[in-house]
Amino acid sequence: MPELSYRDAIRATLIEEMDRDPAVVLLGEDIGAYQGTFRITADLLGRYGPTRVIDTPISELGFVGAAIGMAMLGLRPVVEMMTWNFSLLAFDQIVNNAAKLRYFSGGQVEVPLVIRGPNGAGVQLSAQHSQSLEAIYAHVPGLYVVAPATPAEARGLLRTAIRGRDPVIFLEHAALYASKGEVPDGDSALPFGRAEVVRGGDHVTVVAYSRMVGVALEAAERLAADGIEAEVINLRTLRPLDVATVLASVRRTHRAVVVQEQWRLFGAAAEIAATIAEGAFDLLDAPVERVTGEDVPMPYARNLELLALPDADDVVRAARRTLYREPAPAGGRADG
Amino acid sequence: MAEPSRHEPASTGDGAGTAVATPPRQIRDPDDALAWYRRMVVARRFEEETERAFRRGKIGGYLHVYSGQEAVAAGFLAEMRDDDIFFTAYRDHAHALFRGSPPGAVMAELFGKATGVARGKGGSMHLFDVPRGFYGGYGIVGGHIPLAVGAAYALRYQGGDRVCLCFMGDGAINSGGFHEAMNMAGLWGQEGLCPLLVIVENNQFAMGTPVARSSAVTDLASRFAAYGIPAERIDGMDFFTVRAAARRAIAAVRSSGRPVAIEALTYRFAGHGAADLFQPYRSREDVERARGRDPILILERRLREAGLLDDAAVAAAAAEAEAIVADAVRFAEESPAPPAEALHTDVYGADA
Ligand SMILES: Cc1ncc(C[n+]2csc(CCOP(=O)(O)OP(=O)(O)O)c2C)c(N)n1
Repeated sequence: MPELSYRDAIRATLIEEMDRDPAVVLLGEDIGAYQGTFRITADLLGRYGPTRVIDTPISELGFVGAAIGMAMLGLRPVVEMMTWNFSLLAFDQIVNNAAKLRYFSGGQVEVPLVIRGPNGAGVQLSAQHSQSLEAIYAHVPGLYVVAPATPAEARGLLRTAIRGRDPVIFLEHAALYASKGEVPDGDSALPFGRAEVVRGGDHVTVVAYSRMVGVALEAAERLAADGIEAEVINLRTLRPLDVATVLASVRRTHRAVVVQEQWRLFGAAAEIAATIAEGAFDLLDAPVERVTGEDVPMPYARNLELLALPDADDVVRAARRTLYREPAPAGGRADG
Repeated sequence: MAEPSRHEPASTGDGAGTAVATPPRQIRDPDDALAWYRRMVVARRFEEETERAFRRGKIGGYLHVYSGQEAVAAGFLAEMRDDDIFFTAYRDHAHALFRGSPPGAVMAELFGKATGVARGKGGSMHLFDVPRGFYGGYGIVGGHIPLAVGAAYALRYQGGDRVCLCFMGDGAINSGGFHEAMNMAGLWGQEGLCPLLVIVENNQFAMGTPVARSSAVTDLASRFAAYGIPAERIDGMDFFTVRAAARRAIAAVRSSGRPVAIEALTYRFAGHGAADLFQPYRSREDVERARGRDPILILERRLREAGLLDDAAVAAAAAEAEAIVADAVRFAEESPAPPAEALHTDVYGADA
């Protein structure tokens, strides 16, 4: 089992899938000659040539639309979104075409398309370049929304995405590209909709995905030092959402904290909290806590940026609140 | 011809009525021309019936009919090969009929029935017939244009010489997607990887907005020059003119793998949609004047001049259309609505 970075795991998977299936083509801005903004596609132009590694103009609507057309004809395009912030220019194509074509064609076409790239905050990239858009996409039927937290997941989920039959919103996290982890050899496709319990515990369930899994684990360590055993669940995919794993855990711990980097209102954590309320209301010993990004555009100044992002302290406090070891903030919920 | 001519403005462009006059010509394949005449008559009759069915409450939602523009779709689809493909927008009934989709299945789709071409899940704006190369009607103006560019790329990538046609409206030419897509088509065409024919159906209006009020340059064919795509403007009311242009353009696209565009000047006789009852943006006289160049009557006249059609044959074509459309309506009416289970099918393929 080799150790790979998150970045190399993604790149290796692209290579494996391109070697395996000539229908796989890559499109995106500066993925060829420039080698990719995050070097995910380093050397791939040389390896596969410009017909399979397509440097596109800065035309998100255009190239996502073109990739959908390719997919309708049986290719398996993997689009690199330089960062997910730019996907808003392609939003109509993703929502109105990719997600719905199978449906409104009465099942006559399918769109095996992957759109991948970094989602979430980097370091001091400020308001337009530090957004977490997962809830917006997870709202849409017809899409899969995937958010790997580790190199092994990045590989396993990307493999499933590329081999699938539907459009996949594949959310990487820029802050994770350099992180390393064991990646199993061989065919390691991971199914969508299957969460992983990454740490067992009986006192409180902490649900997270993407970069927040690491934050949740750090919080769990600290809670453990205080005698609180947190169970940490890594969702891996938001759509489909593994409701069963979350509910099974909460029914045992009777307490839940949901962690997301994105804005609080109408976010993924709201959906998960509602799901817990619907499925485990009688078994809850405390309100479900949400730990989220602040409800503001991302500021530039580093001190403000850190305040805007959730961290392990926030998770620790929220977990303690569910155990009534910490007072609720005055005026109701405030931290995030 | 090997290379399509560069765009040359063909008329003043202030309406289909002033487009280039077409010289008389010999009809190469009389049977085929007659068959297309009959198909256009069916399409017109079909559209009249959809408007009636809409008023009867049998068709819901939006309904955009094609009456007046028949020569455009007919001329281009007549020149497509069976394995070629095409995309269009929501004014798509005639395109499906001309491509051979059963009229009953098209009408059933409009009626929201399980036997419709999209199993009742698309409706008027989203006709599909993939086995016949019809990759869809689309409801977001301009949204299908990038798809057609990608589809054309895929056709070349997969090998062979199939081509992709993309019909679009004059209004769609101002959408960002059009420009992004045409730039990519121009680029990919340089490698011979974009066998795409774009057909701008310039029916003079986008809903109530005339071309001159939405496009800073009303010579729409000229807009393709920015992307290195040869384009010409033709009279879209004359079936033979359209067909000749289609033949040249499709041959050029097929042999070169490069995109070509044609602006077909035409006119929509009906309202924009079924809800456009009063058409305050144009006068009755405007429409009457345009009806003087009804594409079906133009074709009829040419066929009569060539001695291929007489009163009896015209009447027979009308009767045949009547029967075909009546059958289509009956089929649609008698067909079952989609079962409740259909609500949840076709959202995803097999589980990932
Ligand atoms: C993106 C978008 N904006 C607005 C509309 C509403 N709309 C529907 S049809 C139409 C006019 C389009 O005109 P044109 O492209 O010339 O096609 P035509 O209706 O003449 O066939 C408009 C504005 C839409 N469907 N999509």
